[in-house]
Amino acid sequence: MPLSRHQFDLTALTVLYATLLHAPHFPVWLTLGLIGLIVARWLQRRLRPDWGKPPALLRLPLTLALPVVVYLLYGNIFGLDPGSVFSVGMLVLKLTESESLRDARAVVTFASFVLMAALLFEQDLLTTACVALGVVPLLFNLRALEPDGSEAPQPLSLRSLGHESRSVLLNLLAAVPLAILVFLFLPRLAAPLWATQTTPKNRTGLSDSMSPGHMGELFLDDSAAFRVSFDDGVAPPPAQRYWRGVVLWRYDGRTWSRAGGMSLRPDRQPLQALAPEIAYEITLEPSEQRWMYALDLPTTDTASQTRDEDYTLSAVHPLSKLTQYRLRSAPVYRLDGLDAQQRQRALRLPANFNPRTIALGQQWAQQHDDPQRIVQAALDLIRQEFSYTLSPPPLGRQAMDDFLFETRAGYCEYFASAFAVLMRAAGVPTRVVLGYQGGYWNTTGDYMVVRQSDAHAWNEVWLAGRGWVRVDPTAAVRPDRIELGSGAANSGHSSWYGREWLLNLRNRWDIANRLWTQAVVGFDELTQRGLLRSVGIKDANWRQLGLAFALSMGVLAALGLWWATRRARDKGDSVDRAYARLCARLGRRGLARLGPEGPADYLRRLLRQWPQARDGLEPLFTRYMQLRYGQTEISADAARKFVQSARQIDVASLRTG
Amino acid sequence: MRRSRALGELWLRLLAQAEKQLPSLTRLRAREALPIRLDRRRIYVLPTAFGLVFAAMLMIMSVGALNYYNNPALLLTALLGSVCVISMLIAFRTLDGLNLTSVQSAPCHAGDVLTLELGFASGARARAGLRIDIGASGRIIATRADEPSRALLTLPTERRGLLTLPRIRVWTRWPYGLFRAWSWLSPGIEVLVYPRPEANAVPLPFGSREAQRSVVQPQGEEFGALREYRTSDPRRLIAWKASARHDRLLVREPEQLTGQEFVLDFNALPALDLEARIARLTRWVLMAEERRARYTLLLPGQRIGPDLGSAHAHRCLRELALL
Repeated sequence: MPLSRHQFDLTALTVLYATLLHAPHFPVWLTLGLIGLIVARWLQRRLRPDWGKPPALLRLPLTLALPVVVYLLYGNIFGLDPGSVFSVGMLVLKLTESESLRDARAVVTFASFVLMAALLFEQDLLTTACVALGVVPLLFNLRALEPDGSEAPQPLSLRSLGHESRSVLLNLLAAVPLAILVFLFLPRLAAPLWATQTTPKNRTGLSDSMSPGHMGELFLDDSAAFRVSFDDGVAPPPAQRYWRGVVLWRYDGRTWSRAGGMSLRPDRQPLQALAPEIAYEITLEPSEQRWMYALDLPTTDTASQTRDEDYTLSAVHPLSKLTQYRLRSAPVYRLDGLDAQQRQRALRLPANFNPRTIALGQQWAQQHDDPQRIVQAALDLIRQEFSYTLSPPPLGRQAMDDFLFETRAGYCEYFASAFAVLMRAAGVPTRVVLGYQGGYWNTTGDYMVVRQSDAHAWNEVWLAGRGWVRVDPTAAVRPDRIELGSGAANSGHSSWYGREWLLNLRNRWDIANRLWTQAVVGFDELTQRGLLRSVGIKDANWRQLGLAFALSMGVLAALGLWWATRRARDKGDSVDRAYARLCARLGRRGLARLGPEGPADYLRRLLRQWPQARDGLEPLFTRYMQLRYGQTEISADAARKFVQSARQIDVASLRTG
Repeated sequence: MRRSRALGELWLRLLAQAEKQLPSLTRLRAREALPIRLDRRRIYVLPTAFGLVFAAMLMIMSVGALNYYNNPALLLTALLGSVCVISMLIAFRTLDGLNLTSVQSAPCHAGDVLTLELGFASGARARAGLRIDIGASGRIIATRADEPSRALLTLPTERRGLLTLPRIRVWTRWPYGLFRAWSWLSPGIEVLVYPRPEANAVPLPFGSREAQRSVVQPQGEEFGALREYRTSDPRRLIAWKASARHDRLLVREPEQLTGQEFVLDFNALPALDLEARIARLTRWVLMAEERRARYTLLLPGQRIGPDLGSAHAHRCLRELALL
């Protein structure tokens, strides 16, 4: 059967929506090309429907061009990105040749796959909501493909859409409980069936190396890095909100990177908490990296991670999904243990780099014999002479010389790097720590969200007798960066951005996103086994879960079957109801119909009492008798007409005539 | 195309075989009296081919979602699957509670196409996408709540006499075409099929008693010349103006237009075999009606007329059909 205009329009709409969902990770020209194809086909079918589908001469090159385009784009045919271009391209090409119901059904079937594929790239609340919205045109489409038997096919209009959308939305709503049930109980795979090698995405998270100018983009990224909920519900004071990530030892003159760290041996690197520990849980967004963050400094050891000698926490595999872990940290601590090999690594500087900086460091080492005084000298220098900016001037080959003696403006990376070089030159073992500093306390949700823009770099210096001590040179130049968070420090650069109401809105949105990530995105086998906790089973096995699933499915099935087989209350047909109403109205005027009295007898009695009502009542009763007892089938029109006239007749005036 | 037809035929043969073997399948082939109400005992639901393809796609999607540990994608797939399941219930509800209230047909001659009018009562809910099939003829209708609706279907006829209606299939793929719900109806209704009239028109026999002439009365639309409409009256006789005035259907009584009178005698045609005789008599009855001449039909052991008019013609043709 050929597609009607209405049906084709809806199919094109479905395809267009599915294509737009993939636009964020497509190159712009590809998106525009695909949309152009859809629009061209739509116009052709509207203006020149007699052309039919485009000739094979046109379709074949397009079809063959698709793999070529994919290969040119990604250098590969397999994988998530090439696959998505492939499937969206196929979908659009299928639309261009769709002429029959069968074609349109194939398009809809494939469109649902393409909708789902959009979720493989991004699974936050917004994307999911957009994809879920795509189900509506999809179902509309399926519905329009099935002839409904009404006389004239309706053109696509707002009104018809509104009418149809009601039943489609009701259908969707009714499907939600079943969908949730299936989602909760569907067994998850223990290991993936095929390797899901995702190409590293352009996530601007923290990396495991640092060179000045590296983090600039990160400060503009407002997405959450992780969220923390504290066991006692109280956030640590701002000055203690240092979220420690990677510790960097090696410096090559430009970049700080991580030396292959040894694993932690608690007897060699003893950690002593000097204040009550804080227990908390971190929900880490997928970062495609192994590093895990902890409040400075984590005291517990858990199975899911390894600890290095410098208390850097890392997972075994890169974290490609949401990760939750519990930790305890000591906000005030004493960390000892620096062997000769470590001391050497913490003092090493590359040759032929930054001679002026090294000279200054050596000069300080001669002036002061107490390392603490050297640290103080550096901090004083930074406080007095330097300024904080997010767009610092570029640096040359002798980067730290340029920074310390020429430009004197930068942000945390610059300060941490310069400070570490100075300290090492002065003979004080120093390392660089990458992490986050700050975090916004969400009072509505009772948790703390740490954003990418809170990324920070600071130092740890070794002081004999005190162990490793955290020093934050950025705090010297910009104390409010620490006290108020990155928003305050960067406020000069984003004037409208940090406004109070917007911040409020963003935090509310963050709560929704957090709930979504925790409840849905982060749902895994472990959560599944805890499903039956409310009935007292802490760690359910498959049999118990299966039983629970079967029970709740039974309840839903019973509900559905009850709804399907429920008999509608038979209220008689419209004609009978109208007649009954008419009789009731006549009854209120004093002449009620007697129980077994038929319409003919009733009419006779009425006319005896009110002879002047003949003109009004007789045609009505005659028509009723015809409708009810006549041989012919009642037409819908006649029935409606009778109902209308029975309602309109003025009973009061009948008596007076 | 040809292969699908061959498959279809094979399927029908298998079905016929199965119904012969399994009494439970043939239970519903027993004739029933009207009205026939569709209920859960006689409605069957199976996925369509498209439904199976769609389900396969959902399977692929769920495996993909599971493999990528992508819960939103899994949720989406589950939602689509649930919508499908619920569409099955909707397909069932489209049929459930539907009443076949009447089957009407205008008599036709063998070889012509019989027009059937099936009347349905929708009950308290509106239904869309209802398909009604008899043999090769099908209709799609939509009904409104509490309103009767009708479906016009055609049925080719071959032989004169009483035609037993074949099974009626009421089915639907509403709303998404994923499931097909169907039910077979076998109303115990027989339809009269008039004999096939002879192809070449042999002139009417000018027999013995054609002399009586009656006065030709002017054809008028006064009340006296009109009578109530009966179901068997041809539409062209309806006096529309008068009907509108009196608010009910009235037909002109054509009796006033008599010219000659004919006797159509079955036994006067010994040269022909039975069917040929019937065909000729049928043709004559029609011709006489056309001329508006009174006629008498003489059949073995039966005498009809003399008379004129649709009722008379119906009686004659009926006797001829059942001979």
